[in-house]
Amino acid sequence: MPESQIKKMTDYKWQILLDKSKNMRVPGIIFADEELLQKALEDKAIDQVINISTLPGIMKASYAMPDIHWGYGFPIGGVAAFDVADGVISPGGVGFDICCGVRMMRTDLNFEEFKKNKSKLMSRLAVSIPKGMGSTGRIEVSKKEYEGLMAEGARWAVKKGYGWSEDLDRIEDSGSLEGANPDYVSSKAYERGHDQVGTLGSGNHFLEIQVVDEIFDDELARRFGIFKGQITVMIHCGSRGFGHQICTDYIEVMDQASRRYGIRLVDRQLACAPVNSNEGKKYYGAMACAGNYALANRECLSQFVRDSFEEAFGLGAAKLHIELVYDVSHNIAKFEEFEIDGETRNLCVHRKGATRSWGPGEKGLPDLFKDTGQPVIIPGDMGTCSYLCVGAVKARDESFNSTCHGAGRLMSRTKAKKTVRGEVLKSELEQRGIAIVADSMSGLAEEAPEAYKDVTRVVDIAQGAGLSRKVAKVVPVGVLKG
Amino acid sequence: MKGYSQFEHTADIGIKASGSDLKELFTNFALGLFDVICDMRKVSPLEEIKVNISSSDLESLLVKWLNELVYIFDSKRMLLSQFDIKAVDNDSLTAVVSGEKIDPKRHELRLSVKAATYHQLSIKKNKQYKGKIILDV
Repeated sequence: MPESQIKKMTDYKWQILLDKSKNMRVPGIIFADEELLQKALEDKAIDQVINISTLPGIMKASYAMPDIHWGYGFPIGGVAAFDVADGVISPGGVGFDICCGVRMMRTDLNFEEFKKNKSKLMSRLAVSIPKGMGSTGRIEVSKKEYEGLMAEGARWAVKKGYGWSEDLDRIEDSGSLEGANPDYVSSKAYERGHDQVGTLGSGNHFLEIQVVDEIFDDELARRFGIFKGQITVMIHCGSRGFGHQICTDYIEVMDQASRRYGIRLVDRQLACAPVNSNEGKKYYGAMACAGNYALANRECLSQFVRDSFEEAFGLGAAKLHIELVYDVSHNIAKFEEFEIDGETRNLCVHRKGATRSWGPGEKGLPDLFKDTGQPVIIPGDMGTCSYLCVGAVKARDESFNSTCHGAGRLMSRTKAKKTVRGEVLKSELEQRGIAIVADSMSGLAEEAPEAYKDVTRVVDIAQGAGLSRKVAKVVPVGVLKG
Repeated sequence: MKGYSQFEHTADIGIKASGSDLKELFTNFALGLFDVICDMRKVSPLEEIKVNISSSDLESLLVKWLNELVYIFDSKRMLLSQFDIKAVDNDSLTAVVSGEKIDPKRHELRLSVKAATYHQLSIKKNKQYKGKIILDV
């Protein structure tokens, strides 16, 4: 793309100028510094930002977070909001791993206490967390119970004895998405998902034991229950085969619907339908089921984490105060209200590889976070660090209340495997005190730190752009990968 | 020579395949898909499954074919290694695919595939059929 079509707005914000010859309806906005902007220009991510700007009913701009990279259809790190009255909803704007997200748990343990039982904990986790390709969960979900899971998400898990009721206030949407309708879910999705509840999966999903390395905001860290040297846990996973199948099913539905509604697509993967159409409503109802599946999944995994700590440390999880800090979903479409040209409008906000970032005072926040804003969890790669951030008020106007979701890939999986050997990486990380439990060495190589952008740079840009603020940095001391 | 190869994509994996006719093209795409998932040399064709699909055009038929195989893999925990396409035209396909249940002790598992996508999908015919597709992994 010619540089003349990109205008620098601030050090961290760039505008892709409106180009009617490309059928753009709104400009593009990229949050990046010069170097990350160049990286985004090298792959096809910016073209994808432009493609999104051509969709009907898109409001203000097609946004890209600092961790943007080339996806399929929507870029990873893309945010787009569509007017519910005349805009569209697109399964490709959410992605196959519906409601994939990250949660962070705190403990009362410090690093010295953890070290004493580190290997015991890692071997307990290796047994209790089902992970890897083809793994099945231990939680039997009957057809009847499936409906409860789809309607209630983490709330269902808590009722079943997985997780604590006080976790629910610390999950977006209090742990269950509204509008879930099991009637819109195919039997194929049921079949793929029925034995995957409470499993981590593979690919970039992980469970990490971490230690708090640096605090950036003492007061907020205290409010979120975080202190320096503390042991925390991070879980990254989603709706497993259940969500993948729902996305597959509805891309096919939308492929037909787009034609029927006369929507011109520059990329067939962007298939969509009006939010208020029959197809749009059905997709939302099914997507919310997958969202609840993911929320239940992460809640069940948290229980396994608590059980493993209890066994390794010989103390109850309540006594160790293994509490949820927060749970965010970074592949999801939600209905949210925003002011557009002085008028309050209901928008369908698609975040694909982007995190909601509610600042202090935001209407939907539980009392717990009313004056702080929501915690925002940004995982990095397994050799570097991850961040606990907090939502910022400015994000409302800047990015439809969104910020980054992770480091963002830099290197393809093929290239990572050519550059890095899994066994070598494992021993290097272990020499640095990071215990690794992984099923596949090639899978480990694909997720090597070199394959990712520098997460610190990404969260710094998000902070510089006013989208979120850093609260604490955590570094890994134990990693479980599928 | 293999009738398929992988190409790079930042986050995911692409497959290119070719074939003298549609049967060969679709077979090679299926082999390319399972080559991403596992080492097929260690998979025995012990169990057969019939596949019957139809679609509106050739491109979506390819997406649907590969997604049907992903569904079999993920729901039945099966690795597939043989794809016998009985008939295929622009909008329908019938096949018998075979493989066996995953045995982590015996099988070399590589990468789980979530789905086949439409992004940059193409099928062209000159002397022979050539196509490419991106998988979400």
